Amino acid sequence: MTDSAAVYARIIELIEPLNIKKVALTPDTTFAGDMEMDSLTVMDLVASMEDEWDIMIPLNMLPDLETIGQVADAVAGLVAKKG
Amino acid sequence: MPSPAWWPRRVEAVTFDLLAKYDPLIAEHAGLLSTGIRDPFGIIMEKVISPTEAIIKGRHTILLGTYNYMGMTFDPDVIAAGQTALRDFGAGTTGSRVLNGTYQTHKECEDALKDFYAMSHAMVFSTGYQANLGMVSTLAGKGDFIILDADSHASIYDGCKMSNADIVRFRHNDVVDLEKRLKRLPPEAGKLVVLEGVYSMLGDIAPLKELVAMAKAHGCMVLVDEAHGMGFFGEHGRGVYEEAGVADDVDFVVGTFSKSVGTVGGFCVSNHPKFEILRLVCRPYTFTASLPPAVVACSATSIRKLMTAHAKRDRLWEATRRLHGGLKSRGFRLATDTPESAIVSVLMPDQETTALMWSTLIELGVYVNMSRPPATPAGVYLLRCSICALHQDEQIDIVLGKFDQAAQMCNLALHEAA
Repeated sequence: MTDSAAVYARIIELIEPLNIKKVALTPDTTFAGDMEMDSLTVMDLVASMEDEWDIMIPLNMLPDLETIGQVADAVAGLVAKKG
Repeated sequence: MPSPAWWPRRVEAVTFDLLAKYDPLIAEHAGLLSTGIRDPFGIIMEKVISPTEAIIKGRHTILLGTYNYMGMTFDPDVIAAGQTALRDFGAGTTGSRVLNGTYQTHKECEDALKDFYAMSHAMVFSTGYQANLGMVSTLAGKGDFIILDADSHASIYDGCKMSNADIVRFRHNDVVDLEKRLKRLPPEAGKLVVLEGVYSMLGDIAPLKELVAMAKAHGCMVLVDEAHGMGFFGEHGRGVYEEAGVADDVDFVVGTFSKSVGTVGGFCVSNHPKFEILRLVCRPYTFTASLPPAVVACSATSIRKLMTAHAKRDRLWEATRRLHGGLKSRGFRLATDTPESAIVSVLMPDQETTALMWSTLIELGVYVNMSRPPATPAGVYLLRCSICALHQDEQIDIVLGKFDQAAQMCNLALHEAA
């Protein structure tokens, strides 16, 4: 499994308990539109991803991250940059 | 005259309504009012009798949601200072602080702030919102980091948005979470930690001793917003940061005139040797008109009186304890177990009950603030009370009775008193 695939798989696991509407999770699933996540839930998710990979996801990055795929790519990028 | 050839002809273009995005909110607000309640966001005070009383819809109303903590709005010395300035300097400055908008009155107001805070620099903004907007966005630029509490005021969030810095949020008042986030930041980067002394929604105070020490241990500069703490925390009334004993480690204190001072305006005070350059680079300071001379004259007088307002401070805490204790013993659920600030927030179960309780209280002659998400943290609904040093015990007791009455009328379940 590639690194980014592993990141994606783990992100799906982190989202699952927050997926209250039980929508199907694909790389194109959106947080606000499809999952209807509120800002507090998003904050929890961001914090758990930061802790999982010991990275920092600045708040100002979030507006560009609408789908699970985009988040996975961004996290994989941050993990790679960390080395 | 015929239009030139290049002039666009009116064609069948569809204009997208830019306000359409607010349709859900319009529907929600209409739904709220259709239940027959009064509009919580449309109150008009026909007459203001004193810092604690007004006429609303012809009814004598006790004000319990004005942030007028020290009751300075009708102080005779404050009013006299404003009248003199209005007469001597005119109604307004018509200009920016850095052009024609700085009068002797503005300088005296900044001098009063320097004395009040025992700091070497003071900068007065036109509102408290602009003070945070300006300071946060100007201090941190590209490549810097702003680390802020998740429950920060909108003006701090907007300042972050306006800066080109990277924004890192930590869990409300959580020192361990702050440490975890600070450890992930590059040691060589510029870092600003933004805190508030009192958080205005729940009325809880920050553990500034621990938070400021953590920030300093990681090489951060610290800005503390004392909007809701000025006047009655600490030996000199400077705020929660003074009471916490961390004055030497706080680089910037932001505050407002629209609470304890009783006027309008915002400010930042600091001992930083390069502070004065901010007047030229801080856009919310530079590109707006300065406060009218009467407002800064009132503010200066009020600030100087607050330096020694010991009796009023004591009275404010006394009245706050009376309200907090009274509501608690009647079984209302409160946001803080003890009165931490001069804000007492009553927790409500949902939007409908909150609106109904609020509306019932206003019909009974008590004005409080109704607060709801997204302004509130953690999605809570609140009836927020702020206390004034001039509230008499009798007024607090009337309010307590009205809360009881409103709860009965609205079928609000109360809890067994502990």
